[in-house]
Amino acid sequence: MKLIPTGSQTVGPYLHVGLTWLTTQDIAGTAGGRRIRISGRITDADGVAVPDALVEVWQANPQGKYAHPADKQDKPVDSAFKGWGRCPTDKDGVFEFTTLKPGAVPGPGNSLQAPHLAVTIFMRGQLKHLFTRMYFPDEAANADDPILNFVDDKARRDTLIARKDGEGRYSWDVVLQGRNETVFFDC
Amino acid sequence: MVDVIGYRREAPGTQPAHLFPGYASTVKRAPSQSLIKIPHTLTEVTGPLFGHDRIGPNDADLTKQGKGEPIGERMILSGRVLDEDGKPVPDTLVELWQCNSAGRYHHPVDQHNAPLDPNFTGAGRIVTNGKGEYRFVTIRPGEYPWRNHYNAWRPAHIHLSLFGPAYVTRLVTQMYFPGDPLLPLDPIFNSVADAVARDRLISSFDIETTIPEQALGYKFDIVLRGRAATPMVD
Ligand SMILES: [Fe+3]
Repeated sequence: MKLIPTGSQTVGPYLHVGLTWLTTQDIAGTAGGRRIRISGRITDADGVAVPDALVEVWQANPQGKYAHPADKQDKPVDSAFKGWGRCPTDKDGVFEFTTLKPGAVPGPGNSLQAPHLAVTIFMRGQLKHLFTRMYFPDEAANADDPILNFVDDKARRDTLIARKDGEGRYSWDVVLQGRNETVFFDC
Repeated sequence: MVDVIGYRREAPGTQPAHLFPGYASTVKRAPSQSLIKIPHTLTEVTGPLFGHDRIGPNDADLTKQGKGEPIGERMILSGRVLDEDGKPVPDTLVELWQCNSAGRYHHPVDQHNAPLDPNFTGAGRIVTNGKGEYRFVTIRPGEYPWRNHYNAWRPAHIHLSLFGPAYVTRLVTQMYFPGDPLLPLDPIFNSVADAVARDRLISSFDIETTIPEQALGYKFDIVLRGRAATPMVD
């Protein structure tokens, strides 16, 4: 039997009614380790802030292991660290998370993926969510990251790399369309 | 070396495009560059899991969340969450939101001139059981106007959000009602080009789950992406 996956439909403007109960801006929770803060702003084709988006994050722990049974790596797990966050944008289009910096995780074949956050974006005006990733600046491993290397254009690749804003603080803006448009993935 | 079995890619027409000018808000919010296709890695085949402990006693019964009974026609919405092979997806979070019977959301942005119901917030959630089943008790939502085009009205619908077993099985959709005369006019519903896939967004009336003297039953099965048959090799 082969069924057709259910079609995606927009979250619409009233997404908060059903989704903000699970807002999780503090991804680190009670897990041990040094906190980092990531914030960013989402803008549309006109550079106008998107105040009704929802950002979800999925990441590995600092050792590079996901809190999921499909990750069978022999690496330490802190059960307090789940690696998932959700944040609605505010009136200025801004989202913010506190978390632990993820470690490197395996990629296809024998490759290694540089530390990254998988990011999903939902909003009114999007019939299906967008997939993107956020990487960290000053990471030597970025040069060999198998996913970053799918983006041939260097300037476009840079849209996936956050800026360092001070000790333990990163900023990463998402441009939906136009100049400096963020890279989105078909995955 | 970690072998990863990825998830299947969508068949043409079964999912909406990002840019769909009939739905005007997509014009400034859809990417203009093509998406970059990537293989599924450990990142994409893992994802958040939420336990039954996140669900409160009345979270799946939207008629019992206020001080009194909400106004409108009670209904039961139930079904199964399946993968493409028809296998149930157990223990997965389903989040639901909707407007009230008058077509108004409990939300500050909704300025539609229709009454709010103090006993109805329109939010619910449940985690599927071991057989992938879910069941909500709610009020049939009203149709409501929107500003997409002249005299635009959304058909009655219920918003649903699901996670499934992996990052790439995430789904947000809307469930519609059989025979709704607004369906052929609605750009959001019609953004799914394939007629068979589109009709899967419509629930079916079900006498088996209808409760005598109490509530009409509607069935809606939700299908998430399934596993590809062979490991992805790159
Ligand atoms: Fe709606």
